[in-house]
Amino acid sequence: MSAPLTAPAGTAAIPPGARPVTGFWRRALRHRSFVLGAVLSLFVLGAALLSLVWTPWSAYDIDVASKLHPPSAAHWLGTDVLGRDIVSLLLVGARSTIMVGVIAVGIGLSFGVGLGLVAAARKGWTEELIMRMSDFTFAFPAVLSAIMLAAVAGPGMVTSITAIGIFQIPTFVRVTRGSANAIWAREFVLAARAAGKGSFRITIEHVLPNILSILIVQATIQFALAILAEAALSYLGLGTQPPQPSWGRMLNDAQTLLFQSPMLAVYPGAAIAIAVLGLNLLGDGLRDLLDPRLARER
Amino acid sequence: MSDAPLIEVKDLGVRLNTSHGPAQAVRGVSFALRRGETLGLVGESGCGKSVTALALMGLLPDSAVISGSIRLDGAELVGLPDTAYCRLRGNRISMIFQEPMTALNPMHTIGHQVAEPLLRHTGVSAAEARHEAIALLDRVGLPDAAKRVDAYPHQFSGGQRQRITIAMALACQPDVLIADEPTTALDVTIQGQILDLIASLVEERGMSMILISHDLGVIAENVERMMVMYGGTVVESGETNAVFTRMGHPYTQGLFRARPRLGARKGTRLKTIAGTVPELADLPAGCTFADRCTIAEARCRAALPAVVDVGAAHGVRCIRTDVSMDAGGVGA
Ligand SMILES: Nc1ncnc2c1ncn2[C@@H]1O[C@H](COP(=O)(O)OP(=O)(O)OP(=O)(O)O)[C@@H](O)[C@H]1O
Ligand code: SF4
Ligand SMILES: [Mg+2]
Repeated sequence: MSAPLTAPAGTAAIPPGARPVTGFWRRALRHRSFVLGAVLSLFVLGAALLSLVWTPWSAYDIDVASKLHPPSAAHWLGTDVLGRDIVSLLLVGARSTIMVGVIAVGIGLSFGVGLGLVAAARKGWTEELIMRMSDFTFAFPAVLSAIMLAAVAGPGMVTSITAIGIFQIPTFVRVTRGSANAIWAREFVLAARAAGKGSFRITIEHVLPNILSILIVQATIQFALAILAEAALSYLGLGTQPPQPSWGRMLNDAQTLLFQSPMLAVYPGAAIAIAVLGLNLLGDGLRDLLDPRLARER
Repeated sequence: MSDAPLIEVKDLGVRLNTSHGPAQAVRGVSFALRRGETLGLVGESGCGKSVTALALMGLLPDSAVISGSIRLDGAELVGLPDTAYCRLRGNRISMIFQEPMTALNPMHTIGHQVAEPLLRHTGVSAAEARHEAIALLDRVGLPDAAKRVDAYPHQFSGGQRQRITIAMALACQPDVLIADEPTTALDVTIQGQILDLIASLVEERGMSMILISHDLGVIAENVERMMVMYGGTVVESGETNAVFTRMGHPYTQGLFRARPRLGARKGTRLKTIAGTVPELADLPAGCTFADRCTIAEARCRAALPAVVDVGAAHGVRCIRTDVSMDAGGVGA
């Protein structure tokens, strides 16, 4: 490099790249919606993990004799129409829910964000092509792509996850491209280009960090939609296959018994609500915490 | 100091896609700058100063059509692929922008942003780059640089941020610095300090500088040579002293009369130039200033006037310099 300037004394004391990590956690613990969201999300995650090692009853044992029991000491939340223990079903169902949500959103997020970033960085016909393709995909509802996929690969969890994931891609493409374009128009991007950065580095270092909060919030919304889409697909027999329990299937099973035993719908409904709410609060909290401009001590 | 120009621009033209269709934002701009020389670019808002600067940096949108030639050390830059341009930007040519509040990425520490160009263009390690970044921040007068290197942009004032962007632009010791209205967004008191800082850095490092401003005062005090732009063309150029003592173009004269002055009697209105800057899309065929010029004639509108030499290296793009300079419109 060219002749370096003399550094003032004492600069070596600061370790390179020191980041205020402790500050992040201190702020995180004070952020109410982050804490609540984290608690709820961990609760659902904990339920899923717990189901791997223990459930009060087997979630797969059918005992028609003891169907539709009200809550009791043996069955804390009662039993369903096939006599299965609701608590056990909810615990095991949490597993499918998390799996569907995580994988489907993962697919949507990775492809969608990738394509959206490329569209914003390249502009021109690349952008045009990506947007047309995503409009085209968006025109097929998740259910339709699931039916088409099921025709090829057979129904099941993998099929439904893939279909939901593909259906999520266009949403992420649009959100990413829109917000990335706004960042590309900012002066600090021009300044970064003036400093010699190419579009790849600008995308990674400038665009992505600045749209991360939007993506996180969008991902939590999409997670909720994925859970609901899974429920719909299970109802059509395209999603999780019996006897594998899922919240969505429980909800749809309960529909026919809505007047007889309404609580059957309430439990999975509440479970879905807790997961969705937890994720939304978590997303909100993360958005605040990841923004250095809001990083002042409260 | 060699005689060969460091940067040589010949007949630069820029065609942009505007909302009114394609428009010639810049035409016929030519100049040469030797190592260590300073050049000012002055003109009203919208006359094409920033577009010229961005053309030199290769930062215009892909849809822009650039004609003419820009040579850096003899190597042609027009049509250079972006990857090659990336190696020059921030390394051999740097730019400082008008808005220090928005020219820094809010998500990264200032140390990171100043060290970045060093990591990009030189072979230094992260620790060395950081060390150098602190030294640079210290040099540009950021108080407590060593302690504040890990702070984020929002924790600094506008003047401090402009110092940070200067450190960023100078990190790799560029040969050419383009400063596009570096002080327009700052307090008057800070403006002077920043300009002094830039001037001393330019001198200290033997850089060439292109200083863009709409303020004649800033130009008068900071550069050796100047170009006055109007409607995308250079209407007058020459040594700063020569231009200020013998203004040849009616527009330069108008700009000079329109400058705000300290100590002017209260109540005296500024003499403004009548009319407004023409829309790029419908620039007149002849002299771009014809619609606002008090001594315009029919032949002014026929074709773009050629540059007339009115002194040593002092050119004026006007066909009636005999009248405009005779009136001695300067002082008024
Ligand atoms: N990317 C662009 N696309 C289309 N038109 C543009 C673009 N950038 C600038 N222009 C137009 O080009 C003309 C010259 O703009 P430029 O930014 O160079 O003006 P300027 O002299 O720097 O003015 P200011 O003092 O306001 O910065 C203006 O009419 C502007 O609207
Ligand atoms: S060429 Fe004619 S219109 Fe243009 S500045 Fe000179 S006198 Fe005025
Ligand atoms: Mg400008």
